Amino acid sequence: MSSAAPGVQEVIPASDVAEAELYHPHSWLTKYVFSQDAKIIGIQYTVTALAIGTVALVLSWLMRVQLGFPGVLSFIDPATYYQFITMHGMIMVVYLLTAVLLGGFGNYLIPLMLGARDMVFPYANMLSYWTYLLAVVVLVASFFAPGGPTGAGWTLYPPQAILSGTPGQDWGIILMLVSLMLFIIGFTMGGLNYVVTVLQARTRGMTLMRMPLTVWGIFTATVMALLAFPALFVGAVMMLFDRLLGTSFFMPALVELGQLREHGGGSPILWQHLFWFFGHPEVYIVALPAFGIVSDLISVHARRNIFGYRMMVWAIVAIGALSFVVWAHHMYVSGMHPYFGFFFATTTLIIAIPTAIKVYNWLLTLWRGDIHLTVPMLFALGFIVTFVNGGLTGLFLGNVVVDVPLSDTLFVVAHFHMVMGVAPILVIFGGIYHWYPKVTGRMLNEGMGRIHFWVTFLGAYAIFFPMHYLGLLGVPRRYHDLGEMAFVPPSTATLNAFISLVAFVVGFAQIVFLFNLFWSLRRGREAGSNPWNATTLEWQTPETPPGHGNWGKELPVVYRWAYDYSVPGAARDYVPQNEPMPAPTRAATGQAT
Amino acid sequence: MIFTLLFLAAVAVIAGIWLFRQGLTSKPWLESAAPAMASAPPVPAARMGLRVFITVATGFLVLLVSAYSIRMEMADWRPPPQPGLLWVNTGVLIVSSLALQWARSAAGRGDIQAVQDGLVFGGTSAIVFLLGQLMAWREMANAGYLLTSNPANAFFYIITAAHALHVLGGLVALARAGMWLRRGAAIGRLRLSVDLCTTYWHFLLVAWLVLFSLLAFAPSFSWLYAICTAPFR
Repeated sequence: MSSAAPGVQEVIPASDVAEAELYHPHSWLTKYVFSQDAKIIGIQYTVTALAIGTVALVLSWLMRVQLGFPGVLSFIDPATYYQFITMHGMIMVVYLLTAVLLGGFGNYLIPLMLGARDMVFPYANMLSYWTYLLAVVVLVASFFAPGGPTGAGWTLYPPQAILSGTPGQDWGIILMLVSLMLFIIGFTMGGLNYVVTVLQARTRGMTLMRMPLTVWGIFTATVMALLAFPALFVGAVMMLFDRLLGTSFFMPALVELGQLREHGGGSPILWQHLFWFFGHPEVYIVALPAFGIVSDLISVHARRNIFGYRMMVWAIVAIGALSFVVWAHHMYVSGMHPYFGFFFATTTLIIAIPTAIKVYNWLLTLWRGDIHLTVPMLFALGFIVTFVNGGLTGLFLGNVVVDVPLSDTLFVVAHFHMVMGVAPILVIFGGIYHWYPKVTGRMLNEGMGRIHFWVTFLGAYAIFFPMHYLGLLGVPRRYHDLGEMAFVPPSTATLNAFISLVAFVVGFAQIVFLFNLFWSLRRGREAGSNPWNATTLEWQTPETPPGHGNWGKELPVVYRWAYDYSVPGAARDYVPQNEPMPAPTRAATGQAT
Repeated sequence: MIFTLLFLAAVAVIAGIWLFRQGLTSKPWLESAAPAMASAPPVPAARMGLRVFITVATGFLVLLVSAYSIRMEMADWRPPPQPGLLWVNTGVLIVSSLALQWARSAAGRGDIQAVQDGLVFGGTSAIVFLLGQLMAWREMANAGYLLTSNPANAFFYIITAAHALHVLGGLVALARAGMWLRRGAAIGRLRLSVDLCTTYWHFLLVAWLVLFSLLAFAPSFSWLYAICTAPFR
């Protein structure tokens, strides 16, 4: 019917599939450290991101100690508290979520799922990881620099970000900006790889519409990131100029400590535009890979084809496009023109439509499915619930009149933690439980996995549900100490203490998870090549874990889409993508419809 | 941000057309035939990589233009006079681009000597362009238009520097093409390498023409800008 519907071609000589120009490592160092193999790079990305994410986890504990039990830890003064919130936010959003979902899952899964031997530019791919690592090192260095890391909040709003009242004004802000620039350079090298690999290196028969939704999600998110990150880069360069060379891109004329500063004529709003032009797509850069992964997890573990595959693809693309025209909904309180706010509120609400389509399709995939409540499935289900919850409060905040009073309260904190903190991290966990057997050849321990899931899932709700109420009561965010606030009832302190206690427990559950990763490496149950009976190509590799070049001598040939589960008349309840189509019954029904 | 949005709209249209032609409306669950996708992609990966990179770099420069236009609207905007040297530099960059175009067609014919001449001439003129930009900076600084004295000056320096860095990166790629040439690489390899450099050079030229006209003539476009942003006022 359409141009992509494969024409009839009975025999495919495997030999006419070109052998890719493969890089061959010669030593242990080039094989495992300076590796150009996308699988190794993916593991490197994931491990580094989880390590720096653990730092951010500890920071959140320290913040919760201060909020729940003010003054218990004497070293947390307002300045250090600001530094903790800044670094926690920045690490979690950029260095953990983005790095794991695109750098980790992207590198590991894209070539395997597409039947490629590797990324198309392996050398740039290696540089991408090492630049990312350098960015992380620079970021960590700011903890040890004189004055400590920056405390400007993760949005780094000027002018306060580079004024002397803000902690980390000496070195912290400089290192932060340099680290972000390095991250973006590193990501761009990786991102070029992911995009061109999807465009060019798909194996024979892998049309775009036969790609698993995981790849669709990562692909679209990468395209978005390539277009959105430059905004942060431009902003970071300008702010670095303002800080180091005394220019005035963002710095208005102002008096600081009684002295007129040398700056003058800059526009702080310009930074907000640049930052949120990156910042809002960033939400979907994290969410789209999560959408894709969750679609695959649900389909595999409910043994059903994904409902509305085409609609799912279109929704991913539509969300990606729309997410570029909603950025100013983060700036309702910046004094913008009311029509401007109206425009952005409208686009914000429109984006709920494709998102809702996805949620309905997940539910309809589950409907009457053969649901296996495995650990990855639990995380996927947890994601759906959490994402819907966080998304609904987004509808509130997307409206100007509701947002203005709620701005800068804990309601906002609760909203974005639910929708882009907890929800994507649940998918990351689910994805790790799902693909760990392919990466290591062993299953993660199921008991520990279940403990990890239930404590994390229920705990996250115990933390962030009450936080909405605190926000509605008017408890402001980013306050080191509430002190004596007449408008807040004293019971908020009790609630804050409760939230803190739960946060400690949830944090410990993550340690169980990290322990499980190491423990199962040696002691996990042998997985075999396809423990979940999944259809996609990464489970059909000749070796587990996949060897260098992924596929042995011949590349796989794809005959069908990625979701042939419970096909009527088939011998098993799944048909791998690379299995030729013998069943005449199916072809007949295909023509009949 | 109107310019950025226009750029993104253009990207979206191109991506949309491409996706549609890739069969975004097909029904993969009904397909039961054997695969027919060609085994070799129609465009070499390196060329596709360059296209994607040029898109990203354009996005980066367009964002600078957007920032410039947002700042331009404010009342105290005093753009510095542009040194006449910039016209000379523009000419040099055009020559550089032409030289590479010549090298590209020579590579197509397989005329190695002409390729070498084209690359050397193109590379040298690009270096002359960079030196010229440096001299223009000095001229500005000597005339008292310093980086810190006005945001308009700062924008001039940051935009020219961003473009110059892209030229520098191009020179690295050009040096690699020269290396392939000296090593006597296969003509196919050389052809691709020269071809990619030339494409990138044309991108650099177009980018410079847009940025230069922005820096030199932006105030005279203010009516156009006013029309574009009217809905948001």
